[in-house]
Amino acid sequence: MKILTCPVNGPRPLQEFQYGGELREMPDPDQANDSGWADYVFHRSGEPAIKREWWYHLPSGIWFVAERDNRLDEIVRTYLYDAKREIGK
Amino acid sequence: MNQRLPPQPGEWIDRSQPISFRFEGGDYQGYCGDLISSALWANGVHMQGRSFKYHRPRGIYSLAGHDANAVFEDETKTNIRGDLVGLRSGMDLRAVNTKGGLHHDRLSIVDRFSKLMPVGFYYKAFHTPRWLFPHYEKQIRQIAGLGAIRAGQTAQLTPKDYGFCQVLVVGAGPSGLSAALAVADQGVDVLLVDEHAHLGGSLTWQSGGDEKSQELCQELVNLAQAHQHITVRTKTQVAGCYADLWVALVDDVRLTKLRAQAMVVASGVIEQPAVFGNNDLPGVMLASAAQRLIHLYAVKPWQQCVALVANSDGYRAVLDLHRAGSSVAAVVDLRDDAGDCRFAAQVHQLGMRVLMGSMIYEAVPGAGKRSIRGAVVCPLGADGRLRENQSQVIDCDGIAMSVGWAPAGAPLYQVGGKFSYDTTVEQLVPREMPDNVFAAGRVRGVFGLDERLTDGRRAGLEVARKLGHGSNELPEKISVTGPAPSHPYPVFRHAKKKNFIDLDEDLHFIDLVNAHQEGFDNIELIKRYSTVGMGPSQGKIANMNSVRVLARLNDKSIDQTGTTTSRPFYQPVSLEHLAGRRFHPLRRTPMHRWHLEAHAEFVHVGSWLRPEYYAVAGQDRETSILQEASHVREYAGLMDVSTLGKIEVAGPDAVSFLERIYTGRFAKQNTGKLRYVLACDEMGVVIDDGIAVRLSDNHFYVTATTSGAADFYREMQRWALIWDMDVQLVDVTGHIAAMNLAGPQSREVLQKLTSVDVSPEGFPFLGVRRGEVAGIPASLMRVGFVGELGYEIHVPAGHAAHVWTEIMRAGASSKIRPFGVEAQRLLRLEKGHLIVGQDTDALTNPYEANMAWAVARKKQFFVGQRTLQVLNERPLTRKLVGVKMAPGYRGPFPEECHLIIEQGEMIGRVTSFAPRSTLGYGLGLVFVHPDWSEAGTKVCICVDRGAKIEAEITSTPFYDPDDLRQK
Repeated sequence: MKILTCPVNGPRPLQEFQYGGELREMPDPDQANDSGWADYVFHRSGEPAIKREWWYHLPSGIWFVAERDNRLDEIVRTYLYDAKREIGK
Repeated sequence: MNQRLPPQPGEWIDRSQPISFRFEGGDYQGYCGDLISSALWANGVHMQGRSFKYHRPRGIYSLAGHDANAVFEDETKTNIRGDLVGLRSGMDLRAVNTKGGLHHDRLSIVDRFSKLMPVGFYYKAFHTPRWLFPHYEKQIRQIAGLGAIRAGQTAQLTPKDYGFCQVLVVGAGPSGLSAALAVADQGVDVLLVDEHAHLGGSLTWQSGGDEKSQELCQELVNLAQAHQHITVRTKTQVAGCYADLWVALVDDVRLTKLRAQAMVVASGVIEQPAVFGNNDLPGVMLASAAQRLIHLYAVKPWQQCVALVANSDGYRAVLDLHRAGSSVAAVVDLRDDAGDCRFAAQVHQLGMRVLMGSMIYEAVPGAGKRSIRGAVVCPLGADGRLRENQSQVIDCDGIAMSVGWAPAGAPLYQVGGKFSYDTTVEQLVPREMPDNVFAAGRVRGVFGLDERLTDGRRAGLEVARKLGHGSNELPEKISVTGPAPSHPYPVFRHAKKKNFIDLDEDLHFIDLVNAHQEGFDNIELIKRYSTVGMGPSQGKIANMNSVRVLARLNDKSIDQTGTTTSRPFYQPVSLEHLAGRRFHPLRRTPMHRWHLEAHAEFVHVGSWLRPEYYAVAGQDRETSILQEASHVREYAGLMDVSTLGKIEVAGPDAVSFLERIYTGRFAKQNTGKLRYVLACDEMGVVIDDGIAVRLSDNHFYVTATTSGAADFYREMQRWALIWDMDVQLVDVTGHIAAMNLAGPQSREVLQKLTSVDVSPEGFPFLGVRRGEVAGIPASLMRVGFVGELGYEIHVPAGHAAHVWTEIMRAGASSKIRPFGVEAQRLLRLEKGHLIVGQDTDALTNPYEANMAWAVARKKQFFVGQRTLQVLNERPLTRKLVGVKMAPGYRGPFPEECHLIIEQGEMIGRVTSFAPRSTLGYGLGLVFVHPDWSEAGTKVCICVDRGAKIEAEITSTPFYDPDDLRQK
């Protein structure tokens, strides 16, 4: 079982966490056309890469972001989400 | 015939504890510390089992836990491995997979027809006709296989435990001991694990020609056992290594889930057999098995033997055999030159006959192939082929094989290590490993004793440094040197094909050749087609030779050929060690005890236990439910709704947050008022509903469904982060208990317990009040939960049982009754209320669920809004509507998920149905194609067993369509 490092609680076994899907930036709903919006809602990239993912530490209720290299099955880093910093990333 | 030797130094048996046991009906004696197989061999029992497919007699082969043919069963257990399981008093064993006993196995006839059964025989012979396969399969399973499972045995519960260590050292031979001591001396805690009963590894059984090794062994073991930083576990296998060094340790008693920070693998090597005719019969064994018999169990392997060698280890075995009184008739060395080997020199000094550049062509079987009586030895030509015309027969009752080794590399493979073939040692050695895993000793091709001690020490210091201990100075890395302890190709063709590559699966050399010819020329393919390496030992003494054979057939190198994947488990692990007990978190409401005393039948909802209904003696479930519901309609009922999710939302952004989360609007909601809320996800799918209470300008209290609350709260937290909103969310589900008091009499009941003005004018529908109920501070909400006048009362969980009891007492004169989840579902169904997750599925949007009224039209943004805009412009594909049966209908009723069929097409499905309602007829909700959704339409529902019944589509609510009673 893998170990995931919660930015608040430190390294913990994976079973304490819940996966929350890929971190994606929502397009402006008023600007996006229907197909652009559908792309955001339904399409996920399976491309091998470093993925930015949402993870949730269940016992303490903390959402954070993990950068995971799915080619090596390695967590590159984890950090707390900061909306101001994420914008334009 | 007793083959027990006089006491040997360092022997593992305890002669003060003799043990009696039975095998195949005979009585035998052994000692505490014996393996089953060693005790049998000591008693002269060489034939210990029959082979998997051909039922050939088999004996001891590795005596290291890889013998898949000496397998036994008793009255309770099957597949007991003779070279893994210790002898216990009173054992009464039989060999598995025989018909008529080991000695008179009627299935041994199969061996004579083995020529008719080429590789892939089963696939080819029983492929057609297909309908006959079950018959064939039954027959095959009776002939080939292992022990029969005894059904009806009681389940054995085994303990599981969790372990942590800084450094795990796998294998307690000289390298492992040396590594463990080096790490521990740096003050790092070490767990030293070995699969055998005693520490010492090869030092315990390989002493020939080097009498000092046993002293050294004792010295190292004493140091390790006394060391304050070393914990030792013996008889423990490293069954599997998983991500981030999560390691499964298995012993007789328990499974330990161990987390290690770093690992040193000093698991050593597994001796590999030579392939020649009849190389499987009792009497032919690996030299290390013979040495184990002598040193560990004080058993003389044979009277007279031939040693087949290709390395210096073989000469050491010869010296051990000689000392134990097994005379060595000849040493057959595959090589032309033994090189500068002091052990070979000692053998020569003893005047033994040594045949260089020779090979055994076949073992000469004794009567019934239950033993051997000679070895046919041929010289090898310059081309490496056997010169069969120059053969000679040497009398012997045993053959010891010492032609090479393969790494016991399972832990390294499992953590992602990569091996490559080193021709210096003719062995696979680890090339790449994760940076917290180290290898030492023979598993990485280092064979000399001094070198192994140094190598272990270096690995120990390396791992200590990795964990931040000790110095940066490391001894120089030991490089791998020759002469190679393994022969590059100890495999020889035999005219009659009885030269076995895999004893587990009864595979001959020619089977691999044929499989290759049929096109299975890749290692993973040939494995699956021929089943090589797929038996109980997982090819630990077969895979290396099969890789060598395939490499030669393909004319490729070992590295180009590759190896099969080494997956957990290292040895078979019995299911009792893996089976877990079912631990599920279970939540009970504060009123649970009261429900129990009121004979509630409980149902699991999410992680909660809720009263499904309250049983009445002499009355069936359905009647009780209907009575509870009718009682709410006529008098008053009280329901425990503590399981509802309850979330406080506070902060300057509370209003805009809720507007974004839910489909409705909140800006104009008055303080002290509640609203129904509906939430969608980004696909526009309905995910939750509840109520939102405005407590103050910036403070709301919302409820969520029992089973959806945890997920929904989590999503709220995430959106709050993404939108960067100044809002605090607190899940108070467990802190606050809630009950629903409903029915025409509910106002009178509540009046008695509170000073809050509960008059229709003072406390209107959808109003919220704070006040005391039965002396406890409470929030009161006027909701239309079940379609009657009703109040939801939220109180601190610690006082909830008191409030509940007081309401029941106050309501006695109003004939109050508790009602459960089922009555509530019926009452809400009569009102046409959907249940999220029951009447909606993973694709249901608000429009098809008749919830368009809950979706605000003009709103800046909410989750799912943009998708709903798209959906709203498209025609509906289905619609949630009511359905009812004619009053007085008798016959089968629809159930959830029954289909609505029209002209052979599925046009809908039932989502909820109640055969009996307070309205006197069966009613429910269905999803149906819009063309059939008009009230009054007759539809055909296909119920159980294919019966078709007619029902009528109807508008909802069924009960009190103008909502007069709840207001």
